[in-house]
Amino acid sequence: MLRVHDLAHARAGDKGHSVNVSVIAFDEAGYERLLRELTEARVAAAFAALAEGPVRRYALPGLGALNFVIERVHGGGVTATGALDIHGKSLSSLMLAIPLPGNEPED
Amino acid sequence: MAARQVRVGSGAGFAGDRWEPAVELVERGELDYIAFECLAERTIARETLALQRGQGSGYNPQLADRMRAVLPAAAARGVRVLSNMGAADSLAAGRRTAEIAAELGLDDRRCAVLLGDDVRDAVAARPDLPLMETDEPLESILPRMASANAYLGADAVAAALETGAPVVMTGRVADPSLFLGPVLHALGWPYEDYERLAQGTAAGHLLECAGQVTGGYFADPGVKDVAGLARLGFPFADVTAAGDVTIGKCAGSGGRVDAATCTEQLLYEVEDPAAYVTPDCVLDMTGIALRQAGPDCVAVSGARARPRTPTHKVSVGYFDGYLGEGQLSYGGPGAVARARLAGEIVTERLGLRGFAYDALETRLIGLDSLHGPGADRPEPYEVRLRVTGRTQDRKAAEAVGFEVAALYTNGPAGGAGDAASVREILAVQSVLLPRDLVKPRVEVVEC
Repeated sequence: MLRVHDLAHARAGDKGHSVNVSVIAFDEAGYERLLRELTEARVAAAFAALAEGPVRRYALPGLGALNFVIERVHGGGVTATGALDIHGKSLSSLMLAIPLPGNEPED
Repeated sequence: MAARQVRVGSGAGFAGDRWEPAVELVERGELDYIAFECLAERTIARETLALQRGQGSGYNPQLADRMRAVLPAAAARGVRVLSNMGAADSLAAGRRTAEIAAELGLDDRRCAVLLGDDVRDAVAARPDLPLMETDEPLESILPRMASANAYLGADAVAAALETGAPVVMTGRVADPSLFLGPVLHALGWPYEDYERLAQGTAAGHLLECAGQVTGGYFADPGVKDVAGLARLGFPFADVTAAGDVTIGKCAGSGGRVDAATCTEQLLYEVEDPAAYVTPDCVLDMTGIALRQAGPDCVAVSGARARPRTPTHKVSVGYFDGYLGEGQLSYGGPGAVARARLAGEIVTERLGLRGFAYDALETRLIGLDSLHGPGADRPEPYEVRLRVTGRTQDRKAAEAVGFEVAALYTNGPAGGAGDAASVREILAVQSVLLPRDLVKPRVEVVEC
């Protein structure tokens, strides 16, 4: 099974009410594939247990990177201080764990 | 006369950062300036409350250690020092810095203090302002407000440098602006030259988290290896009068600087990369190119910017109740089932005792505490129960840790290693305040 981790690296940052996760491809082919397959819907599904969303994606072809903004993580961030990772900084790893369709049948 | 090139180092990326890399930069980095970014969003609110209760100085607790470590070498080499360690009381932080300079026997003990970020009065007069996070009026949190600080810009930082003082102490300044300030001052760029402000802001953003651009917060063994993280070098930026930017670090220090480390940091805490708003400009990163210009040296080009917005962002810190927490570990066969049962017992007990919570959560560290529940995860050998309760009632918060510890003799078999805590919740929301209501000013203190 191919995962984002096989094609890219990532870093998450706290924006208060949202979290951003950059996904940076190791090479151009990886970027093209992520652009096709790592959609807002796929990311939203992977984060569904944690975030209400929506998820927005920004493409940076010059840097071979995608930037995702995930809204309302842990219910919104403002008062969500009960979470162990209150800033959502470990969420880069959740992004990297997302499986990609690869050769398996498209769902 | 304006310089042709300036080198600005980054001495800290957060309040509790290491300080040896800063000393290394000052001693061996051939710097002109070093800036220490030490203010997280909630820091000022926390320091304001500590000050009000006589439980703290109001400024960064590590200020003295950091200044003693860095000032002698900085004075010897003519490196000027900037920091937002002033937090909730920049003036006291400036006075303390001047005292330390005197204790160290330095000739020039002046410290320029940038004031005016504390806008509690200005925002209190505008209860109608909408909170950016929730769209509620500011009025809804005003009675519980602890702090309100405007993000000051590079122009205010440059004005503090105009005093000639060797050290500049600030409270809230936008992180990239703390680094752009010395660039503006040294190179004499007009504050309307957005092409160069864009490059300088990109440089400041890359520097603001110190080790996060030189290989810190990056290593993934076997995938992204970083050598020497125990002696990680902190970054500097070389900025030319024309706006060329390169990022580097001291030769021989740990870490790495390349397009991969720089890209991770460039997009760090960024929403729309075409509209990264600072007090100085609206940075557009979409045209930025990162090119390896030498060993551990990356050239940054192609930053663009639109004119700054008519407002300053203001972080409003406010008291929002208490968080009670309890933890207990379980291992071996059936560890997850026993920990889950333990969590159910605590939840039932808190209900039986009549406590109510805005949020009461049970998680198992080792299974679902970071990323929530997920399918197809292997069961770990050991897990740690973590129960948290958020409430306005301190007694209810205290009961969480109590009931977790009481599992020892009343709960499932084999619980071990309890921990309990209660802490005050300081929440932060933001408003946009018109620029004319924010009035930065500079005061020079000496000893």
